[in-house]
Amino acid sequence: MSAVADQPLSRNAAEGDADGRVLVRVRNLKKHFPITSGIVIQRQVGAVKAVDDISFDIFEGETLGLVGESGCGKSTTGRTVLQLYEPTAGSVQLRVDDELQELTEMKGEDLRRMRRRMQMIFQDPYASLNPRMSVGRIVSEPLRIHKTMERNEQEGYVEHLLERVGLNPYFVNRYPHEFSGGQRQRIGIARALALEPGFIVADEPISALDVSIQAQVVNLLEDLQEELNLTYLFIAHDLSMVRHICDRVAVMYLGKIVELAPADELYENPLHPYTQALLSAVPVPDPMREKRAQRIILTGDVPSPSNPPEGCNFNTRCPVRFGLCYDAPDPGLIEATPGHYVACHRVG
Amino acid sequence: MAVLMEVNNLVTRFYTQEGTVYAVNDISYQLQEGETLGVVGESGSGKSVHSLSIMGLIPSPPGKVENGEVIFRGRDLLQLPPDQMRLVRGAEIAMIFQDPMTSLNPVLTIGSQITEALKLHMGMNNNQANERAAELLSLVGIPDAASRLNNYPHQFSGGMRQRVMIAMGLSCNPKLLIADEPTTALDVTIQAQIIDLVKRLREEFDMAIIWISHDLGVVAGIADRIIVMYAGTIVESGMVEEVFADTRHPYTLGLLQSLPRMDRRSQRLISIEGSPPDMRNPIDGCPFVDRCPVRIDRCATETPVLEGVPEGHQDHMMACWVDVRELDIVAASEGASET
Ligand SMILES: Nc1ncnc2c1ncn2[C@@H]1O[C@H](COP(=O)(O)OP(=O)(O)OP(=O)(O)O)[C@@H](O)[C@H]1O
Ligand SMILES: Nc1ncnc2c1ncn2[C@@H]1O[C@H](COP(=O)(O)OP(=O)(O)O)[C@@H](O)[C@H]1O
Ligand code: SF4
Ligand code: SF4
Ligand SMILES: [Mg+2]
Ligand SMILES: [Mg+2]
Repeated sequence: MSAVADQPLSRNAAEGDADGRVLVRVRNLKKHFPITSGIVIQRQVGAVKAVDDISFDIFEGETLGLVGESGCGKSTTGRTVLQLYEPTAGSVQLRVDDELQELTEMKGEDLRRMRRRMQMIFQDPYASLNPRMSVGRIVSEPLRIHKTMERNEQEGYVEHLLERVGLNPYFVNRYPHEFSGGQRQRIGIARALALEPGFIVADEPISALDVSIQAQVVNLLEDLQEELNLTYLFIAHDLSMVRHICDRVAVMYLGKIVELAPADELYENPLHPYTQALLSAVPVPDPMREKRAQRIILTGDVPSPSNPPEGCNFNTRCPVRFGLCYDAPDPGLIEATPGHYVACHRVG
Repeated sequence: MAVLMEVNNLVTRFYTQEGTVYAVNDISYQLQEGETLGVVGESGSGKSVHSLSIMGLIPSPPGKVENGEVIFRGRDLLQLPPDQMRLVRGAEIAMIFQDPMTSLNPVLTIGSQITEALKLHMGMNNNQANERAAELLSLVGIPDAASRLNNYPHQFSGGMRQRVMIAMGLSCNPKLLIADEPTTALDVTIQAQIIDLVKRLREEFDMAIIWISHDLGVVAGIADRIIVMYAGTIVESGMVEEVFADTRHPYTLGLLQSLPRMDRRSQRLISIEGSPPDMRNPIDGCPFVDRCPVRIDRCATETPVLEGVPEGHQDHMMACWVDVRELDIVAASEGASET
């Protein structure tokens, strides 16, 4: 086990305490995508720092929210944690029985066995299902890949999964185009459940759905979590839904986590200037409140992750920046109050 | 306040190979001068088709405005010959869309795209138009505007492109701005910038706005009055405070209840069961009947008409046979979800 992996980010050490046991431990994770140039000989001329040195724990049975604006690195984080992308640096550990096992050093059959414990639900219920496969084949595909079940048992199991996500088992022979967006998302969830994973990364699972369908899918995810003791990393940009569904929330900006806290604490007492602006920008479906709303309007756009600002990377838009924000290295996450982490020179 | 536009009995359909799509089904409303009207509804509910119908932009074939009139400043837009309608679109009514790239020409500079309209509709010469274009760009909050005129659309971010679209829309001092999901593709902090900007500009330009959105929060913040659409019909309308505080239609109520709130912690969400109807079937009875937790027998066969709500205020209207104030709709939804 590497040295970084032992750093306690949380008071709740790996042995677990009142808040439970760590299921996933991420330390100093980086994912940089090379930018290349040249026609004959490809040279690397830079890097998109999609995820740039982030650390967090996910506790067993909880939902950790990951929020932030488009391009800030949420999906890349989810995929790198699942080892769908090879990390540039850092550590990702998953608890198996009583031990945290390092995933970044695993290969081949070892990694495949770990993958069964971690699944992903995607944003786009249209693009993520193979249109030429029947629902039955889609849902049972992970069983075939991982050879976890005899063929003759699969049929009954798939029907059970479909029922579990609120679909008629009678649909097994139909094709994705015959279903609505909400139903397709249920098919994607059934597939993710097939290998009985303990940990699921849900990447914007409701963003593409109609408002009236979102609550159905969220309720299903909550029911499944309770019944199957699932742990979620819930990636979203809908901050209202995140408050509803998440136990704790991490806020990302330009490849870094700038704040991490229990959900109620984060929404009621945001400490980072970016979190404050982000939360104040969310419109509430209540005209009276909207009339009184005091918005922090940020100026400018998010800088490019291939060329982030020196110092604190929020210093181009921060309404309360000062000298240190340019001169000092970027502020790291510190624990401002128990369980509430923030990365800002103004705090702590 | 005077009426700026009156939409009467608008019906728009698409005749496709898979059958007729009943996109807009007999909608009527009035828009006052200087008023912001929010149009909310889920995808496919007919919001965009309704606005494209007003603008004479329905692709035909397969689409056709089958019926209705749109009285705008004394004349019926649906009867105007195409060349006159083009003038109305440039000078009196401006429109902005969700994706500005669909309306910006990628190979022309931002400056030449703004000045084109100024020269065409306002009769300006090159110098005047350039000066005004720079003025407009800085008005919509683009720093260093004069030098950005030489940039191409791809050199601007999504939020900046939407600002450019707004600048172009405003170039001829329109009486009406139709904005179709203008912030849906933007991040929430950029959305806040754009909404802030539009609120400032509507005062300055004294224009009416039709703001189309599926986000009830956005509409709550910007609209004076709202229209709730479902299956190509208006199911509820009224002053925004009325509709949110004294919601009368079961669909509107269901939508509001299914939303989690950021300003408080919610319990289990109350969902609307089922999914929106297939628009290839003509409406027979109430369009919401399959999903409605409080339906009664007549709902399946008799289509309710939009009329004033019982004991309501300020032209608060709905299309429903039932008075939800007499029912426990929350209990009814929960009952429905058990089945
Ligand atoms: N395969 C890739 N190659 C190069 N750059 C990439 C790749 N995948 C992501 N990026 C870049 O990494 C950054 C973070 O991307 P990511 O998809 O994680 O953002 P996100 O927060 O999920 O955004 P969104 O909400 O738009 O999906 C972006 O600048 C993106 O363009
Ligand atoms: N060009 C078209 N051809 C066929 N059907 C269309 C076309 N444009 C829109 N429709 C249909 O009209 C209905 C209303 O669409 P629209 O107004 O775009 O919904 P929204 O409320 O999302 O803007 C939908 O059923 C849609 O599929
Ligand atoms: S460190 Fe400085 S620039 Fe960064 S968020 Fe804090 S105050 Fe703003
Ligand atoms: S008319 Fe009937 S079905 Fe339609 S919304 Fe009212 S109660 Fe429900
Ligand atoms: Mg993403
Ligand atoms: Mg639309």
